[in-house]
Amino acid sequence: MHGYANPARFLKIARWFTMPLLVGGLLVTAAALVWGWTSAPPDRLMGDSVKILFIHLPAAWLGMGGWTAIAIASLVELVWRHPLAAISARAVAVPGAVFAFLCLVTGSIWGRPTWGTWWVWDGRLTSMLVLLFLYLGYIALTNALAREGSSSRIAAIFGLVGAINVPIINRSVVWWNSLHQPASITMGNSAIDPVYLYPLLASVLGFSLLFGGVVFARMRAILADAQAEARLRRKAQKAELAQTARGDA
Amino acid sequence: MRETLDMMDFVYAAYAICLVGTLTLAGWSFASMRAAEKRREESRRK
Repeated sequence: MHGYANPARFLKIARWFTMPLLVGGLLVTAAALVWGWTSAPPDRLMGDSVKILFIHLPAAWLGMGGWTAIAIASLVELVWRHPLAAISARAVAVPGAVFAFLCLVTGSIWGRPTWGTWWVWDGRLTSMLVLLFLYLGYIALTNALAREGSSSRIAAIFGLVGAINVPIINRSVVWWNSLHQPASITMGNSAIDPVYLYPLLASVLGFSLLFGGVVFARMRAILADAQAEARLRRKAQKAELAQTARGDA
Repeated sequence: MRETLDMMDFVYAAYAICLVGTLTLAGWSFASMRAAEKRREESRRK
């Protein structure tokens, strides 16, 4: 793992993967959505609104997966001081927040025709909203720390503490009464008919590839900004030293 | 009086928001990466 701690080595790999992940993700997602849209029949209870499944579930998976990635990167940063861990956590935060937001919005739109309401303050919806607020807090904190040039260890602790919300979201439909249905896909088992399941899995794959491409692009942007800033600071220091030396002479 | 809802209106709205959000995220990430890498190259030349 420490072999990839070198930013130059990481950038070489990231340059290879960014575009294929972004373009591949877009193509797989488009194909999966067309597949789901054209092949999935209306559901017995939910009617045509079942099509929202193909975007809602990948958004929920990436919203929760994003924070899990932040927690793992935070642990790696705190324990092994891996130089890229903080950058990767920062890079995941924005796409994670976007997908948590999209999960809430698409879920709310789906809830209106199926539950008869846009929103209920039950365990699943509320814990997902808390996740969105955690993302926003994390983004504000990491931006402030980066601006001040402070250590990112506080953000890493925030990332680890916030991870407590992920299993709460996952188990919320079991622990509390909820309008939200229980998990349809568990480890090695699925209650979803294959006519919905396969396009759904393809959609999850497509959105995940896209998410990976976005994270690589954001990591490259953060690293490039840091390198440009460091270079300009070094040049300014050199110019200042040269001016001082001329003054002394 | 019973309210009748056209399910497809909700489907179109959900897809529009999701696709616009996802494409904006991908486009913005790519553009900010290119801009940051351009700034780095300029700082090398200055």
